[in-house]
Amino acid sequence: MSDPAVVLDDVHLTLTSKAGPVNILRGVSLTAERSESIAVLGPSGAGKSTLLAIIAGLERADRGRVVVSGTDIGGLGESDLAAFRRSAVGIVFQAFHLIPTMTALENVALPLELGSHGDPFGAAREALESVGLGERVQHYPSQLSGGEQQRVALARAFVPQPDVLLADEPTGNLDGETGDAVMSELFRMRAVGGSTLILVTHDHDLAARCDRMVHIADGRIVAPAEG
Amino acid sequence: MVFPRQAPASWRIARRELRGGVRGFRVFLACLILGVGITAAVGSLGEALKAGLARDARMILGGDVELVQFSQPLADKAMAWLEANTAALSHVVTMRGMARDEDGAHRSLVELKAVDGAYPLVDRARLEDGTALADALADGGAAVDKGLLDRLGIGIGDRVRIGAALLTVRGVLLREPDRLTGGIALGPRLMMDHASLQETQLVRPGTLVRHRYRALVPDGTAVGGWVAGLETAFPDAVWRLRDTRDANPSLRRQLDRVGLFLTLAGLAALLVGGIGVASAVSSHLHGKLHTIAALKCVGATQATVQRAFLMQLGVLGLGAIAAGLILGAAAPPVLSALFGDTLPVPLAGVIHGAPLALAAAYGALTMLAFSLWPLGRAARTRPGVLFRGAAAPASGWPPLVAIVGTALAALALAGIAVGTAPRMSIALGFVLGAPVALAIFRAAAALVVVLARRTRPRRLPALRLGFANLARPGAPTVPVAMSLGTGLAVLVSIALVEGNLGAMLSEQRNDERPAFFFLDIQKQQIAPFERLIEETAGVDYGRRVPMLRGRVVRIDGVPVRDAKVAPGSEWVVQSDIGLSYAAEAPPNAEIVAGEWWPADYDGPPLVSLAEEEALDFGLELGDTLSINVLGREFTAEVASLRRVDWTAFDINFLVIFSPGVLEGAPQTQLATAHATPEAEPVLERAVAERFANITAIPIRAIIEALDELMGRVGAAIQAVAGLTVAAGLLVLAGATAAGHERRVHNAVVFKVLGARRGDLLRAFLAEHILLGCAIAGLAIGIGTLAAWAFVTQVLDLQWRFLPEYVAVTAAACITMTLVLGFASTWRALGRKAAPLLRVE
Repeated sequence: MSDPAVVLDDVHLTLTSKAGPVNILRGVSLTAERSESIAVLGPSGAGKSTLLAIIAGLERADRGRVVVSGTDIGGLGESDLAAFRRSAVGIVFQAFHLIPTMTALENVALPLELGSHGDPFGAAREALESVGLGERVQHYPSQLSGGEQQRVALARAFVPQPDVLLADEPTGNLDGETGDAVMSELFRMRAVGGSTLILVTHDHDLAARCDRMVHIADGRIVAPAEG
Repeated sequence: MVFPRQAPASWRIARRELRGGVRGFRVFLACLILGVGITAAVGSLGEALKAGLARDARMILGGDVELVQFSQPLADKAMAWLEANTAALSHVVTMRGMARDEDGAHRSLVELKAVDGAYPLVDRARLEDGTALADALADGGAAVDKGLLDRLGIGIGDRVRIGAALLTVRGVLLREPDRLTGGIALGPRLMMDHASLQETQLVRPGTLVRHRYRALVPDGTAVGGWVAGLETAFPDAVWRLRDTRDANPSLRRQLDRVGLFLTLAGLAALLVGGIGVASAVSSHLHGKLHTIAALKCVGATQATVQRAFLMQLGVLGLGAIAAGLILGAAAPPVLSALFGDTLPVPLAGVIHGAPLALAAAYGALTMLAFSLWPLGRAARTRPGVLFRGAAAPASGWPPLVAIVGTALAALALAGIAVGTAPRMSIALGFVLGAPVALAIFRAAAALVVVLARRTRPRRLPALRLGFANLARPGAPTVPVAMSLGTGLAVLVSIALVEGNLGAMLSEQRNDERPAFFFLDIQKQQIAPFERLIEETAGVDYGRRVPMLRGRVVRIDGVPVRDAKVAPGSEWVVQSDIGLSYAAEAPPNAEIVAGEWWPADYDGPPLVSLAEEEALDFGLELGDTLSINVLGREFTAEVASLRRVDWTAFDINFLVIFSPGVLEGAPQTQLATAHATPEAEPVLERAVAERFANITAIPIRAIIEALDELMGRVGAAIQAVAGLTVAAGLLVLAGATAAGHERRVHNAVVFKVLGARRGDLLRAFLAEHILLGCAIAGLAIGIGTLAAWAFVTQVLDLQWRFLPEYVAVTAAACITMTLVLGFASTWRALGRKAAPLLRVE
């Protein structure tokens, strides 16, 4: 059996704000096997998004071990973390976060360009075609609907063929029907690429489509649940 | 150097960001264009003037070399040398005199110039009707400035009385190629030939007259070698020698001084522009935090992001610099085309590379010095913000590379400013003072924030809200304080410098100043002249002192050519100076070192010197000064130093000898008289009728002449000052605009919560008045200090604090800020809430 895709071992994170220190994660341990899909549920402020940020190397744990795709990212410097994100991790946000001055094609090609890929635009075009946006490659985010923007974001997340896909409430800004379509797309692409999926959501139906669910409250995983 | 692997990716990101066009960059661009434009224009004009002076040096000088001797024509030996060693030689005599119409009803002070047949050696003089100059001047003819005809109420063909001669006006001078040589003209020109000058009988022993010999050196001879030959042949000559290598040192000095002011104004504009650049970059990047975070999420490093936005700024900045350079380069040809012949000095209207390169360097370094810091901070944005709602700029310091880059750019900027300024010490003061001033404004803003946070008046919700606005995270308190502070300090200092220049002239128009200076009073005329003054109603006798001319030849025994003289006093050794002697200290003498000699002093020669020049000569009490008066050298010991205000229209001499030294030398008397306005023309006429050789200089004429000169210089200064002000306003507008979206958002939320416009406006006033007053107070102090330094150290004028100038400037500036902020708030208040909330 191969190494797990994600290993979090007793991860702590405290952020200091002007109002004083806030313990966001208090000893989270979680293992995600390769190609596994895990839904993370919990109330607002429980630390769900922070958990994703830790896995993506966007926040650094104060204590504990974070191993993603076989790399212990705790010891990586800023540049190595960026390189790690380019190749190993794809992220989909609730608010899409496309770059408004770039076309759909450029947004998708961006991680490949940063990674010195041989043909970033060819690969990006294929990815956009696979999410049904082959006709809209030259459109800017402001010219696309919410669902289309999120599909561009999906293409951008999947195009480097990451080991791990992190999704933070990807349907939160979409209506039900569009949200369903986007999620179907997400699961389909994941199935094709075999990425490990960690999905933060409030939606139990959506969570139920994952292999398993974990509940997080007050910075701790409180009740691992079977999917 | 290693080429960063992600540099091409950075460039692609930058190119895509550039698709947004210049929106959000208008203040950034305008600040750079203005800053670079002003420095390029100032530099180009300076270079065009210098090139113009160099190009036309022969014309301005009237030959390759000019040799000026005071009072007496050259001795035969020197004349013989000149005739043997020149290709062409011309002798011109200049002096001041009084011109009257034939019946004596109108008079005018005139600048007399007697020329020979060879004049001018370079270029040609032109008269309005095309008559040849020699024909016009022959047989008692005169050529005059048009202004003289107006003053005397006469026309061509009429006669004009000069001393004992009656000359016929044959033409109006249209062009006099060597006109700049004479210094400040106190009256219109009247040109005659040598025979006519003789007829006037104005030239007497000790009269203020200059003999100018212009020479063309033989073909193939270098001017430097020729001059060296002359100096070897006549090592002890007291004449003043000028050649085409530096045709007009006094004009050059004036230009340097104006140039220094303009350079400083340009630097101030760059500084203000820099603040604008920093705040524009900050506010632009604040809107890009999500983009930066998204770039990092997909794998861009901090360096890639930083490089990408720097490239974007670089492209826009280069465009702005290019635009500024075009504007600056256009200044000389445009001025030349617009004003041409009316300019006081010739402009060489081609493009000058050096000042443009300098301005470009200034622009690029200003951009870097003021944008790397906010750029570095923005690049530190943590990508994790994308998982939360609002992105806030990373607090704390930017990355090391941005700090080092900022420091290097600032140092380079300071180094270039100091290294290229006409006076290094002044520029050094500016570059050291500017960061201190910025730090003070920064600290003041921080203090205001702390005060605002602590002060929460419970019963006054508007005040509480206003104070809270100042202290809120992301509030533009600091950028507004820095731009308002710098802008206001620059404005106050410019207003005070201008005010001091104006005050210097206007303060002389009080009753204390004499109405006339009378020059060239001969010994035998003293008694009848004094009687005439006493007999004329409404006139009071002022003072009368002996006056001689001489040249400083040795400073404490060292020949002047080997002596070290500070730049401010070079003029003293470059030409002849006025001397006097006195037993008792003059009433206006303010002794600052040593003692005045006893009234009955009868010992070895002593001198009393003006303090500042003595310092510039490196002279102390007990040292010696040697002066050549008409071929005889007098050496005297420095007995006292006096503080002299040269701007007061009073009799004052740089050098005053003790009695018993100069009494035997040829001399005239200089006297002053006070007169009521009605008595002025009566006195002038009476003196002119009785004493044809005595020149009456009406002080009003001097003030008018100075006013005109100041007017010309002032126009240039005001233009640059105006542009600096424009830069300041732009920056303020930019800082206000930066807060506009926040203001709109807040206004909408407050409206939803039931706030009335009045509440929000009161909050706005509380916010701005607290900040405005704190910053204005500091800015006035800093601006006043800068103006004081400039007025006393650069212009060498007496300092006057002019509270009304400060009050008006500060009030105008604060009003402007309030109006700009108010306009922004008012528009915010007018926005409908619903669309904004839907977008949210």
